[in-house]
Amino acid sequence: MSDASPPAAHPPVTDWVHDFDHTDPQWTEDPFPIWDELRAASPVVHTERFLGCYMPTTYEAVREIANDTEHFSSRRIIVRDVRPEVARNAAPPITSDPPVHKPAKQLLLPPFTPDAMKKLEPRMRAICNELIDGFIADGKVDAAARYAKYIPVRAIAHMLGIPESDSDLFINWIHMILELGIKDESKLLQAVQEMSAYFSAHIEARKDKPTDDLISYLMNAKDKEGNPLEDSHVLGSLRLLLIAGIDTTWSAIGSSLWHLAKTPGDRERLIAEPGLIPTAVEELLRAYSPVTMAREVVKETTISGCPVKAGNMVLLSFPAANRDPKMFPDADKVVIDRRENRHAAFGLGIHRCVGSNLARMEMQVALEEWLKRIPDFQLDPAGAVTWSQGTVRGPRQLPFLLGKAM
Amino acid sequence: MTERLRVHVDPDKCQGHARCKALAPELFELDEYGNAHEAGDGTVPPGLEDKAWLAKSNCPEIAIDVIEE
Repeated sequence: MSDASPPAAHPPVTDWVHDFDHTDPQWTEDPFPIWDELRAASPVVHTERFLGCYMPTTYEAVREIANDTEHFSSRRIIVRDVRPEVARNAAPPITSDPPVHKPAKQLLLPPFTPDAMKKLEPRMRAICNELIDGFIADGKVDAAARYAKYIPVRAIAHMLGIPESDSDLFINWIHMILELGIKDESKLLQAVQEMSAYFSAHIEARKDKPTDDLISYLMNAKDKEGNPLEDSHVLGSLRLLLIAGIDTTWSAIGSSLWHLAKTPGDRERLIAEPGLIPTAVEELLRAYSPVTMAREVVKETTISGCPVKAGNMVLLSFPAANRDPKMFPDADKVVIDRRENRHAAFGLGIHRCVGSNLARMEMQVALEEWLKRIPDFQLDPAGAVTWSQGTVRGPRQLPFLLGKAM
Repeated sequence: MTERLRVHVDPDKCQGHARCKALAPELFELDEYGNAHEAGDGTVPPGLEDKAWLAKSNCPEIAIDVIEE
């Protein structure tokens, strides 16, 4: 598209409270002190960047907004420099508001229940071990690029019934949509077009030859009136599953391994007490929540006493909510056996992540299989850890040395 | 003598995080969408009281009540 805006450079932030920017390098590198500063200033802060955007900084303010679909719409769910036109059937149900939301969500829920995930578990364990086989003899590895990344890609490819070998194609689209697309609309549009063409071909192929996978499941699904879904709805939901299912869990697995690499005490405890891994997964999800969502204010209202005006976006930071010390004692510490943990890593309210049971299973299996085969590992001092920018935060380079420290 | 406990899930609040089912599988069931409800009439068998409180304190939607009878 020739009229798409060119990538814009953002001026560095000097006043976080009145001019925050979640794409600033300082935020990408270490957002936690910034969130503490914003929270100390106000439960809701505002920036003129991104054509006007609020950010709730407390758990309570995040919950209020997540539960208020009257004043806050999900039609735009990523805070960008631009406001592209709202497409019908963009990616239902994540981009849907009531009353359209519920039936669209209910369609997607049955394939993602905990029981359905149990059936996938053996394939996931095999994938993790195949990946580990590929690098364990080298003594070092980029755990983000060669382990964390491929686990969710292969899982979702397996569920959708598309070749696991197309993984790098999907990873590239997601990078274009969630990272490059924040500042360069042409990258976003290009990725969406390529993705739609890819899935259209898979839909066409299944019209003659139905298969036992999620694409055929959606094609056979009926709406409330008993009519099949429009092709655009099927395509939108497939886009959602691919985008939402991959770099989110990739980030969560990467952050968890990063924490364990630099915290031998936690690592040793999980090896000694593998039964604690599910509890630890919840705490790692809280402390290093990867996903920040967005809403658009469609009607003026008040949140935690702060007025919010229509036309602004809202950066709905579940990760910042999960670091609120009012909600979580020792919020800035990873307490791997934390008993009470109402973390909001998968969102709150009607838009609770459809894939939360899948993500939890993947994280648990990824950590179990890794710790079984690689009990000792540490950050490689010769390499650098880098973090993704924007909506989903996790390590993109994670250089480890494997084995006992010399 | 300990009081008898009963758990109840508010179906309007539950969003299917399924934390209760993971922490107290004896006390909760999930429907075909993954949304939770209490098993049977919600009575907590002796010995499972801790699990009932644990499920309540881990529900992100504050959808679970533990009633002391």
